[in-house]
Amino acid sequence: MATIQPIAGENEQHPDVALVERVRGGDVSAYDTLVRKYDRQIFRIAQHITQNREDAEDVMQDAFLKAYEKLDQFQGNSKFYTWLVRIAVNESLMRLRKRRTGKMVSIDEDVETEEGSVPRDLADWAPDPEQNYTQAELAEILRKTIQGLPQGFRVVFVLRDVEGLSTEETAETLGLSVPAVKSRLLRARLQLRERLTRYFRKKKGSKETGVEK
Amino acid sequence: MTCTEFLAQLDDLIDDTVTTKMRADLQEHLRGCDHCEVTLNTTRKTIEIYRSHEIYDLPNDLRDRLHSAIMARCKKGC
Repeated sequence: MATIQPIAGENEQHPDVALVERVRGGDVSAYDTLVRKYDRQIFRIAQHITQNREDAEDVMQDAFLKAYEKLDQFQGNSKFYTWLVRIAVNESLMRLRKRRTGKMVSIDEDVETEEGSVPRDLADWAPDPEQNYTQAELAEILRKTIQGLPQGFRVVFVLRDVEGLSTEETAETLGLSVPAVKSRLLRARLQLRERLTRYFRKKKGSKETGVEK
Repeated sequence: MTCTEFLAQLDDLIDDTVTTKMRADLQEHLRGCDHCEVTLNTTRKTIEIYRSHEIYDLPNDLRDRLHSAIMARCKKGC
């Protein structure tokens, strides 16, 4: 993994830094605030990587406990959230390794596929295609579709597009280069698009135009 | 501009990090290429749909339970 680098141009103190300082000073309730702020995101990331609810629960607990124990090592030159996500990603990969009885698990897994590099299914989607499904059906489609992505693409997509980390933060968190993140993100987006087209394509004979440009 | 060249800029176009000149070139390509227009629109929609739908919900009772367990251990010094 790469060393955490300072984020250029960020001179203002992030509110989390003040909370971290309070925790370091012995105020445990400040940590309570940090847990409440990020628990949903950490749980989601863990679930995306482990694809197992019980593992995600364990990862969430372990990640917050480890972050608490290691708080002295937090330098404050990266965001607390990015630092926490990095711990959660590592805990998730460790959990997967345990489940696979020691087999190495890394975020580089299965990334050599060429699938999705070039769009093949060029059918347009129906307008608001999600409205053809119930919330539960749609969630199942989205889960099934993203679970089919190679791990190394899925993690990049989740951190960058779902959890809102920047390309640089995603690279730092995963120990990847910025070009590697960009390459994986493009392929993840195209593969997901291609797979979702199976569900969302416009029905033949429909005259409605697609999504706005 | 070819479709392959367009595709290489797709993420930067979606993330709005292209130069004005590049944006104009990409838009020029889009005017004559339905395939790339569909790819752009449906890729944007893919991202939007994953951002706006919670597919791994953390129910409140589970959240409270995990939260209590974490804070109890922190108070004990882990």
